[in-house]
Amino acid sequence: MAKRKSDVGTLYKGSPGQWSWMAHRITGVAVILFLFAHVIDTAVVGWGPNAYNRVTAVYHNWVVRLLELGLVAAVLYHAINGVKIMIIDFWPGTARHFKTLSIVTSAVFVLSMVPVVWIMGRDILDLAFHWNL
Amino acid sequence: MATRAETRIPPDQPPQVPRGALGTRAGRERPAGGWELWTWLFMRISGIVLLFLAVGHVLIMHVGGAGVSRVNFAFVATRWSSPFWRTWDWALLSLALLHGINGLRVVVQDYVRPVAWRFAVNMFFYVVGFILFVLGTVVVFTFDPSRWPGVGR
Repeated sequence: MAKRKSDVGTLYKGSPGQWSWMAHRITGVAVILFLFAHVIDTAVVGWGPNAYNRVTAVYHNWVVRLLELGLVAAVLYHAINGVKIMIIDFWPGTARHFKTLSIVTSAVFVLSMVPVVWIMGRDILDLAFHWNL
Repeated sequence: MATRAETRIPPDQPPQVPRGALGTRAGRERPAGGWELWTWLFMRISGIVLLFLAVGHVLIMHVGGAGVSRVNFAFVATRWSSPFWRTWDWALLSLALLHGINGLRVVVQDYVRPVAWRFAVNMFFYVVGFILFVLGTVVVFTFDPSRWPGVGR
């Protein structure tokens, strides 16, 4: 059978639910893996100021601070998308407005990231290039 | 043996599509019952609590104030002089580990198919989680800055 136009050059773009499911998973795994390391680095405080201050000095590196910004973004996304999941799970009727809910969720996430990027980004630029914004 | 005619869906009856399929559900399908239903429910309840504990922690420690640049031994000594923050941090530790490791279990269920491997990977995360829970609990509740005089508050 000859190939139709729809057989070639098309890209399956998925539904918002598929993308948010994937993002929820990726951010969740990222946060728990960070948590494993974070429990250990915080526990070092029990070994006194010398040990702990050496560990926290890692956070003066701008690359680490960039990763930290990613962590905050992951936690915020996972939290906001988690609220959407709970709304749909506990009130199944809301699934009819799934697209609207997805847009609202994305908008809340992006809006919450604006001040976060501004606040943390200023510190990162200061550490990396000594830019005082 | 079933014939073709027996298994064919009559045209006047649409195929049974599970509730929430076709992109109308963002989370995991609610399990029918038993242990899986309890973990499903736990994820949602701990999620609501973590919404305050984890998001609060991140905003206070990583975004607000001077972020992590102010965090050192003296900072922790001052912060943990209050039982409120010790309790907050311990509750966050416990719930985040349980929520996260159960999340990993669900992910492992999807991607690690051989039974022995699945058991091994899950066990690894359970053991790591348990060790970190004990370590974190001991440090949160036994931390005493007066053991290092002159450095703390």
